Amino acid sequence: MQPMPNATVEPKSDPAKVAAVTARSLSIFFGNHAVLKNVSIDIGARAVTAIIGPSGCGKSTFLRSINRMHELNPDARMEGEIRLFGDDIYSRDVEPVVVRRRVGMVFQKSNPFPTMSIAENVTVGLRLNGERNKKILASRTEESLRMAALWDEVKDRLHAPAISLSGGQQQRLCIARALAVQPEVLLMDEPASALDPLATQKIEDLIIELKKDYTIVIVTHNMQQAARSSDFTAFFYLGELVEFGPTTRIFTNPVQKRTEDYVTGRFG
Amino acid sequence: MTVSNHHWRKAINVFMQALTFVCAILVILPLLLVFFYLLKQGAGAVNWAFFTELPKPVGEVGGGMANAILGTFILILLASCLGVPVGVLGGVFLSEYRHRQLNWWIRFTADIINGVPSITWGMVVYALIVLPMKGFSTLAGGVVLGLIMIPLIMRTTEEVLQLVPNGYREAALALGIAQWRVIVQIVLRTALKGIVTGVMLALARVAGETAPLLFTAFGNAYWTHRLTEPIAALPLQIFNYAISPYDDWHRQAWAGALVLILLISGINICVRTLTRDRFSKRA
Repeated sequence: MQPMPNATVEPKSDPAKVAAVTARSLSIFFGNHAVLKNVSIDIGARAVTAIIGPSGCGKSTFLRSINRMHELNPDARMEGEIRLFGDDIYSRDVEPVVVRRRVGMVFQKSNPFPTMSIAENVTVGLRLNGERNKKILASRTEESLRMAALWDEVKDRLHAPAISLSGGQQQRLCIARALAVQPEVLLMDEPASALDPLATQKIEDLIIELKKDYTIVIVTHNMQQAARSSDFTAFFYLGELVEFGPTTRIFTNPVQKRTEDYVTGRFG
Repeated sequence: MTVSNHHWRKAINVFMQALTFVCAILVILPLLLVFFYLLKQGAGAVNWAFFTELPKPVGEVGGGMANAILGTFILILLASCLGVPVGVLGGVFLSEYRHRQLNWWIRFTADIINGVPSITWGMVVYALIVLPMKGFSTLAGGVVLGLIMIPLIMRTTEEVLQLVPNGYREAALALGIAQWRVIVQIVLRTALKGIVTGVMLALARVAGETAPLLFTAFGNAYWTHRLTEPIAALPLQIFNYAISPYDDWHRQAWAGALVLILLISGINICVRTLTRDRFSKRA
């Protein structure tokens, strides 16, 4: 595979300089099975970091460890350390709920709440965390939907059921819902893999727009997507972080043989 | 493949199709028979007085089952006060707080309890409430029906909650919403119709219970004013009238049975209408 003609220009800042998420010797086990092995990485703030790798390489688990969602599996166990802007998110006195307010997540399958309207879906995170002020809720609804590039399409039917939207719109609604609680980091687990090319394009444009304000980590199976929309790329294989660097370099001049084989489509 | 073989298979196909059709008809036939027989025997005795008057003493013609009809509603209400919260919360525990070994035992116990004959429940509550309180009571009747409802509601609630896609739970948790709020506002709200269905079906089931009430509510011929007094219920009244030697009472028993089956059908129809749009929506 040739490097994408529209691949992102190599960013000027080093990812380690302003790190939003730093993992040190991170290992995650489900039962006795090590899904992640000794991963250390610095994820830069206000940049898009793509996580690539074949199925079962641990990339989703890595993503979910950043907001402690992997703990929903009762057999999960972690070693090592993850810091979010310096704060140890696995410290004993830190509740997962607090971590998840700072680190939002968008899932592969869009999942707006079917019992709620479009507006209610956007504000659910605020409302269920105690926000009652109607003015704040209304302004945050518009703000979040605008950021998710959905406002113009839904502003006249905010009270329509969320499931009346198309698949691509539903996914952008989920992004708006995640943004409404104003997280510092946004995790995306293959956010466009269930969408058609046009809807995918919109999500990718959105990701590039969002990185002005947010740190974004995106898991993707789609090489072109990683090349198009990310600044940094991390290649995971069999639970290990094989290579991490600026996206342009990973796709044009990888150091590791395994990375080259994967990004050129020789396996995976 | 030979031609005759083909004909043979076609014939078998037609035959089996007819057989399954006949079996399907056999399922609804008893219901139709019961319904028409009750209409024929009981419709004549269903009149205004039947719904408004108390039973008359033997020998006097007329009277009604007003106290029994109200009694059935009171007993169902009392039973719901016990059965709905315990059943729903138990179902939430089974579905949302996965505790492997404990869950296995709870499910196992609930399934066994579901199979316990209802008269056994009557005896248990007789020993636990009627004897210590030295008398049959409305309270005992409500408790016994509530106990029968608990495992029914618990298991249906669990099943309905399991139908709520995990993606909704994850999405809500990822927003930093506390788990109990996720359960109440997202999971239970999404599954509400299914839970209501389960509750209504459990209500319909206990509305017709007779045996456990013989030991607990006991029945009477008057209005009941206190939870500590015996109370009349439709199934009890039907039973008492049906085993009596009086023709007038027999007619009233038929009428009572008709009203009871209409009541239960009514509950079931309500359930179906309430939950009609459930599957037309995207899951």
